[in-house]
Amino acid sequence: MDNHREGEKRKTRYTTVSIPVTLYERIRKLIEGTGFTSVSQFVTYVLREVVAEMEEEKLKSEAVSEEEKKAIIERLKRLGYI
Amino acid sequence: MVSRPHGGRLIDRTVSPKRRERLLEEARELPRINVNESIAADAANIAHGVYSPLEGFMVQEDYINVLDQMRLSNDLPWTIPIILDVDPEDIIGVNEGDDIALYYRGEPLAIMRVEEIYGWNKKEYAMKVFKTTDPNHPGVAKTFKRRELLIGGSIDLLKDPPEPFENIRLWPKETRVLFEARGWKRIAAFQTRNVPHMGHEYVQKAALTFTDGLFINPLVGWKKPGDYRDEVIVKAYKALIEHYYPKEVVVLSVLRMEMRYAGPREAVHHAIVRKNFGATHFIVGRDHAGVGNYYGPYEAWEIFREFPDLGITPLFVREAFYCKKCGQMVNEKICPHPEEFRIRISGTKLRKMIMSGQKPPEYMMRPEVARVILEHSKPFIGEDEA
Repeated sequence: MDNHREGEKRKTRYTTVSIPVTLYERIRKLIEGTGFTSVSQFVTYVLREVVAEMEEEKLKSEAVSEEEKKAIIERLKRLGYI
Repeated sequence: MVSRPHGGRLIDRTVSPKRRERLLEEARELPRINVNESIAADAANIAHGVYSPLEGFMVQEDYINVLDQMRLSNDLPWTIPIILDVDPEDIIGVNEGDDIALYYRGEPLAIMRVEEIYGWNKKEYAMKVFKTTDPNHPGVAKTFKRRELLIGGSIDLLKDPPEPFENIRLWPKETRVLFEARGWKRIAAFQTRNVPHMGHEYVQKAALTFTDGLFINPLVGWKKPGDYRDEVIVKAYKALIEHYYPKEVVVLSVLRMEMRYAGPREAVHHAIVRKNFGATHFIVGRDHAGVGNYYGPYEAWEIFREFPDLGITPLFVREAFYCKKCGQMVNEKICPHPEEFRIRISGTKLRKMIMSGQKPPEYMMRPEVARVILEHSKPFIGEDEA
């Protein structure tokens, strides 16, 4: 069973996203001499950072309960802001 | 997306209606401290997250850090101490760890947990915050009149102080929902204590050109004699927006907070506060929050260099003037013509015109704005009122 799990873990799956060639070239030059060994590695790193930030933000916006948000929207409508 | 609150979390020290009932009962049994309008406004601003991450009035460690380092004790940028001053006789029998009730206009406003009672040196405060101890400076004069001790500690706000501009007063929680509802991701905030002239309109529209929305957030509350009255500022902005701004890209909302006239330090404070409202950009004017000749014209720009971690982008918009050759409002970066063609819009000159009942020329002020100001019999705060 454990071996099966290990086997599954090794099968990290990838997909392809497209970026403009010009941007690809800029990144390739940018990472020369840095710890990044490929453009894909760099892009993954940056995206993880951005995604984490966005997820955190989403969580924060969810910190306002739906009920509270509804009340705020009602007030904003009443005052003519929306 | 809108800015994260300063410190990562929007503070909420308001209480639920159910808890309020209980706390109101408790407040009547507690030692009572009467506070003035500015302190009441600060308490409401703390409770509604305008001053996030502050949860109360500053304890000594934060106070000293802010004076010396322009940072809170957790290293977050913060430039103006938010303090509660009392006289020793106000707190006879009050010890650290006690709860006290803050009263405003005879009504319980907040309950405060007294974490620390400490002394302060007003001259040192004035020198560090205002860069002067000259009692002619309105902020210094006000500081010297304050009480002798400071109390630090968290608060729970029982109810909002009365707000004459309730219909255009939004809290950070509300502006954040509003900006999101409007789909704004880049929001330029504009701080003001003045009626708008053509120079203001120019910088606001310059900022709006590359952002999604403009958040005009005039200060209401204590200001020095000779400044415009709150209702005049509000009416003037309403007139400007009605006639000259696309409504879907502007939000006008007042903020009750006293002017300190602390120049560069206050400019950073203004930016932090607008970050908490969700703004991503903050317009920093020439001699922002300055008064007289106490600060250099661009000192308020320079101070921002010390805060790479502020979390809101300052927009340094150059002073606008009317160029007779260009035939429009411009600034020195985009106008090649010599000084003789340039007409500077001086606030002092405008005030003099308005005081004498004269309508300013249209290159200085929109006629609709001038009209609402001139309709007021007393558009300025009197010497005996501040």
